[in-house]
Amino acid sequence: MREDPGLYDYWPYENRPRIRWPNNARVALWVAPNIEFYELDPAVNPHRAAWPKPVPDVHGYATRDYGNRVGHMRMMRVLDKYGVRGSISLSTALCEHHPEIIELCKERNWEFFSHGIYNTRYTYGMDEAQERSMIQDAVDTIHKHTGQQCAGYLAPALTHTEVTMDLFAEAGGLYTCDLFHDDQPTPVHVRSGKKFISVPYSLEMNDTIVYVVNKIEPRRYGEMIKANFDRLYAEGKDNGVVMCVPLHAYQVSHPHRLKAFEEALEYMTGHPDVWVTTGREIAEHYIEHHYDEAVEDIKKRGVRS
Amino acid sequence: MTLDKSYLEYPRRGYGMDHERYDWSMLSDRKAVQWPDGKTVALWVNVALQYFPLNQKGKPFPPPGGMSTAYPDLRHYTLRDYGNRIGIFRFLKAFDRLGIRPTFAVNARLAERYPYLIERIAERGDEILSHGWDMDTPHYGGLDASEEAAQIGRSLDVLRESTGQTVTGWLSPGKSQSGSTPELLVRHGIEYMCDWINDDMPYTFRTEHGDITAMPLSTELEDRFILMNNLHSESEYADQIIDAFDFLSTEASAEGGRLLALNLHPWLLGQPHRIGQLERALEHILARDCVWTAGASEILKAWLAAQNG
Repeated sequence: MREDPGLYDYWPYENRPRIRWPNNARVALWVAPNIEFYELDPAVNPHRAAWPKPVPDVHGYATRDYGNRVGHMRMMRVLDKYGVRGSISLSTALCEHHPEIIELCKERNWEFFSHGIYNTRYTYGMDEAQERSMIQDAVDTIHKHTGQQCAGYLAPALTHTEVTMDLFAEAGGLYTCDLFHDDQPTPVHVRSGKKFISVPYSLEMNDTIVYVVNKIEPRRYGEMIKANFDRLYAEGKDNGVVMCVPLHAYQVSHPHRLKAFEEALEYMTGHPDVWVTTGREIAEHYIEHHYDEAVEDIKKRGVRS
Repeated sequence: MTLDKSYLEYPRRGYGMDHERYDWSMLSDRKAVQWPDGKTVALWVNVALQYFPLNQKGKPFPPPGGMSTAYPDLRHYTLRDYGNRIGIFRFLKAFDRLGIRPTFAVNARLAERYPYLIERIAERGDEILSHGWDMDTPHYGGLDASEEAAQIGRSLDVLRESTGQTVTGWLSPGKSQSGSTPELLVRHGIEYMCDWINDDMPYTFRTEHGDITAMPLSTELEDRFILMNNLHSESEYADQIIDAFDFLSTEASAEGGRLLALNLHPWLLGQPHRIGQLERALEHILARDCVWTAGASEILKAWLAAQNG
């Protein structure tokens, strides 16, 4: 085990080279719906139990299933209303289980990126060949069902190994959502030397963390999103930043929650200098225009880890 | 480090669910439901009448709201008992004032221990459903099927005998089931169960002995979940119920009937500082013309009629 993940260098927020988003936007805003499939009776991983209760864990399973049966359509309509294309963190087996949802997202030109095969299959304990094969399966599944080349990765259930980023970059990936160290994209070290970056996702703005871990009130979630946006919008005047709102239709789309989120989305998209975009578009723009400059600046100032 | 190769095999990876219990469908794709008299939102208020034994075994897991200190946990035993002595009567007063027709999910042990309360509930004519034996007798994967059959049988015998009702509804303690619970419920004359919270509307659930209906009794909107699990305030509870109702009534006007299902615990919302917030939420809902307040079986009947109509 390592003391430091070795994935990025310390790089202070002040005095960085300026990121310029299209149309001089201050904030690149992206919304990342996690569209997940949890198995009722998954294969057992010795490092982590899938369910807290003996199979069938009706409550845990049904909680997640609600998102696909009820929540997805509600969430999608809200995103449609404000012109937001989702960047889907996808349990890729959902392409087979629920192709109707995939079709709806394809029609809207949403981005699909890998969140593993199922959210009940963890990376813990996989050897490199196994993890490579799981990653390739997800990339192939996305391509087969959507025609898209998978650019982003959020490890299934946020379970990683030391080589996760290396393997995903080698599978053609451009960016990871697994690192929470920054409000701007940053280069990520991978063994192939490919241009691979972190695009800020956010656990603080993630509805599941908000509702399940931090047990926040729905209306307060709306206020938190607005406060997060206000500060980034102010700072983005000098140097472009990224704001992500990760969602789960089984959390945010409950009848007592969706309105507060909608109000926050209306608020953010009502600002002029916002680039409402997707994870892939942020990654491509950054790699094309800012990656080399960033690496140079980090070399000059940073502490190489 | 390596995992068994079966960990990367997915035998159920295919269209629909990863089990045979129910069909995959999105709520928005289903036929619109009409409730009686042109109403668009059915309000189902269910009161959980529970018995938490002091000598809790907690096997294989303790019930939500169960004993949590070393024996004897007088604190939690009496806090829960408060609901059956005091809180429930505050509920009844509020329901009667507002014209709400609740259902009562009753632990069989409570029916045995407090005949006064059961008679009082039964004489109202509101629907009573089974809430299993007691809160410390869960249904779970690994429970012996014959033991579970006996558990269900005696729970229903006691409740049917003490209430004079047929009892066709079921809410498992802690909403926990074994893989056999749905089959056993059908064999014991149960027509609907309230443990699966994956929908906002009823749906058909398959068992080896015929179909049963899953009636969605929301956990996210339950008083215990909002107040005890999330530690939100009483007024926040009421705000969330109001927001849920407003959302569903808007959705219903475009997509057909919707169901707002509130599961209440008299040991929580029956406290003097909380009851007013429950009343505030219910007053908000009942002030609207679109609301149909009904018991679970009536809602189920109207839903079934809409499926076949």
